[in-house]
Amino acid sequence: MALDSKIPEGPLAEKWKKYRSTVPLVNPANKRNLEIIVVGSGLAGASAAASLAEMGYKVKVFCYQDSARRAHSIAAQGGINAAKNYQNDGDSVYRLFYDTIKGGDYRAREGNVHRLSEVSGNIIDQCVASGVPFAREYGGLLSNRSFGGTQVQRTFYAAGQTGQQLLLGAYSGLQRQVGMGSVKMYTRHEMLDVVIIDDKARGIIARDMVTGKLERHFGHAVLLCTGGYGNVFFLSTNAMGCNVTAAWKAHKKGAFFGNPCYTQIHPTCIPVSGDHQSKLTLMSESLRNDGRIWVPKKQEDAEALRTRKKGPNDIAEDDRDYYLERRYPAFGNLVPRDVASRAAKERCDAGFGVNNTGQAVYLDYAAAIDRYGKIEATKQGIDASAAKIVELGKAVVKEKYGNLFDMYEQITGVNPYDEPMQIYPAVHYTMGGVWVDYNLMTTVPGMYALGEANFSDHGANRLGASALMQGLADGYFVIPYTIGAYLSNEIRTKAISTDHPAFVEAENNVKAQIDTLLNIKGTKTVDYFHKKLGKIMWDKCGMARNAAGLAEAISEIQALKAEFWKNVRVPGSADELNPELEKAGRVADFLELGELMCKDALNRNESCGGHFREEYQTEEGEAMRDDENFAYVSAWEYKAESNWELHKEELKYENIKIAQRSYK
Amino acid sequence: MSEGNMNLTLKVWRQKNQKQKGELVTYPVSNVSPDMSFLEMFDVLNEDLVEKGQEPIAFDHDCREGICGMCSMFINGRPHGPKEGITTCQLHMRSFKDGDTVVVEPWRATAFPVIKDLVVDRSAFDRIIAAGGFISVNTGNAQDANALPIAKEDADKSFEAAACIGCGACVATCKNASAMLFVSAKVSQLALLPQGQPERYSRVQNMVEQMDKEGFGNCTNTGACEVECPKGISLENIARMNRDYLVAKAAH
Repeated sequence: MALDSKIPEGPLAEKWKKYRSTVPLVNPANKRNLEIIVVGSGLAGASAAASLAEMGYKVKVFCYQDSARRAHSIAAQGGINAAKNYQNDGDSVYRLFYDTIKGGDYRAREGNVHRLSEVSGNIIDQCVASGVPFAREYGGLLSNRSFGGTQVQRTFYAAGQTGQQLLLGAYSGLQRQVGMGSVKMYTRHEMLDVVIIDDKARGIIARDMVTGKLERHFGHAVLLCTGGYGNVFFLSTNAMGCNVTAAWKAHKKGAFFGNPCYTQIHPTCIPVSGDHQSKLTLMSESLRNDGRIWVPKKQEDAEALRTRKKGPNDIAEDDRDYYLERRYPAFGNLVPRDVASRAAKERCDAGFGVNNTGQAVYLDYAAAIDRYGKIEATKQGIDASAAKIVELGKAVVKEKYGNLFDMYEQITGVNPYDEPMQIYPAVHYTMGGVWVDYNLMTTVPGMYALGEANFSDHGANRLGASALMQGLADGYFVIPYTIGAYLSNEIRTKAISTDHPAFVEAENNVKAQIDTLLNIKGTKTVDYFHKKLGKIMWDKCGMARNAAGLAEAISEIQALKAEFWKNVRVPGSADELNPELEKAGRVADFLELGELMCKDALNRNESCGGHFREEYQTEEGEAMRDDENFAYVSAWEYKAESNWELHKEELKYENIKIAQRSYK
Repeated sequence: MSEGNMNLTLKVWRQKNQKQKGELVTYPVSNVSPDMSFLEMFDVLNEDLVEKGQEPIAFDHDCREGICGMCSMFINGRPHGPKEGITTCQLHMRSFKDGDTVVVEPWRATAFPVIKDLVVDRSAFDRIIAAGGFISVNTGNAQDANALPIAKEDADKSFEAAACIGCGACVATCKNASAMLFVSAKVSQLALLPQGQPERYSRVQNMVEQMDKEGFGNCTNTGACEVECPKGISLENIARMNRDYLVAKAAH
């Protein structure tokens, strides 16, 4: 099968405008008869469901949480990008497009990214209209801040809770449609398979997680808005329930998986504190606006800090190595995430890491507190003492980042106003995902993937504040148009009975897997396997990878998978609320995905963005791409267990000159 | 079972399903680390139970960073435990002492029936939002975002009300199981913004009506909800909602 990305012809800036006006329409009377299934209720799912229902389609939404409002988009802290140029700092649609392509290390599609930039402004308008309380200036206009990988201020935010406010905006629009009866909401439901009839996606099998009942649902189209797969690492900043199951089941039924090895390791997370650790907490990238990252220059100081003989405030200014400012003077602490993460790992591997594990660096606010304190003193017209300046500065920092500082103190027991925070990189986002064309359709007709679940816009590395933008772009402004290209040909398709043999067979397969899991009655818990898988992935397919390690990882994962199916213990029964059973199904899929990620990483003999192969680096330790041989999207087709076929979608750069990424 | 040195006695509510009666069951837990979160302590206990062939304790949780609003334990008589301004997932074991007995129950309210163990059904909140907790603006109808300046003070107040995570601690702690703090937070967020004006009075009526229908109790101004709210939602919101509700009623 040849991949067709279906990118419209014509000049870059005209593609979307022209396509949007020519894509086939579905008339209102027909929309009422067309049913759309949306799986997942985060930014992409909620905005798509609300928009499609407003247009007149019949929509069903499924989420595993107890309410649509709890999807993990809610946890995004820092902000959302949009090319509004409200700050008059030279921003434009083209600049946002350019920054995103460059930030993605030249591994994203020009057409998709330009469309994303074009609609970014509409998102902010839509959110404000629906009551999202973004931060504002005293004049009443919207406020902006900077994020990594850019030199303009284009990030809109609501304190450290931007994801929450955006999701609640989309959720309220969704609930409005629920109240009007145009969306039927299925909470505490998990999609466990997709139903394919005559090569088209026609529905799903879902499990009611409270009663355990398996349900069949028909749809003319199925939208996967199910987020990323970072939890394959066990420890990540994802929510506990985030999983790959819906996407993976779709993959096994014919949807190609794009660039699975592209994983984003976020540089600023709270370090691991012990074996009990269940998840990692992010400290927003916005903190890098004002915070300075450092480790000691001398190994003996690092030693003393690790054993607590010294505290960070005992290290003299001259003995500190602000390594990002040193290595990347143009962007400093605001280099993109992949660069910042690798730089932290490099310093810690060289023996300069600071907490008891040696796996942490400092994020220091002392300079910002001093700077803000002085500005505040000037504003108030007082000749302040040093102590007063610190007091005033702390108040400003508290207003900007208060909730993040509180969160840090809550988790670590250390007050970050007085002592620099300790941070370390952690798995945060997956750029890879289900392969989609320009319409966001997967290789299975009628099945779509939106938001983090697809692979399309971020290349090999996502810039900060771009995930919220992409989720809402796909849901509010892309799918409502592009779905017409498919559904306009489906107006004669009557709803298919869920007694159709394809539904029966899919349900039987789901039931068989559940029964198998419950009947293994082995000796090891699901988490035992999940933690083991996570460690293999982190050690060998994490921030740095090499061919030998990846080959080892593949055979280790295969062995672990075999052990899982022989020896996992899942208590309880199928017909009740059974969290262990839910986890078991998800880990079974992660075990298969993990193998594919390693295979993809092994195939890609270059370093780009979040994918860093140790064999391919410059003398200065920067990622070394191979544009001649790897300027393509890897799209993997599932053939059989541990057997995939690689398809390549060549990436053509017609507007941007491909170059080595430099933030120096 | 872990790397710490605290020993605790847990008394946890176990209830097979909505129909059967529940009871408190005692579990000793040992070697708890002060750096663990309260839910991580439950993870360790559950791993132990599974290994022993017993059924693990069902509890709601997801983001584990205090924002999704899913976790919901009633700990020693207080929603989200002894510390103020945080959710259960942010509670760490350093807030307890070696030898403590800790009682853990589900949210208790008629409108939040128990599903299993510590898991309750909070779908009533979704239905209240569906009744009016929105601005009726279809996708694609918005004007430029900066065409509508909003005084920072109003925007900030609206944001403070919008910080509600819908966890239901306010209901759980209220002796009347009233949902006034939750409902008023949404009403206030939208009433404070110019975009929310066109539907301001119909919204408050519809939401209050749905709240009553769901079986939440009345507000008797004890203020317990404000004390226990992990996001610091203020009682002022209830006053604002009551004013709007009266105006709405008087007008219709």
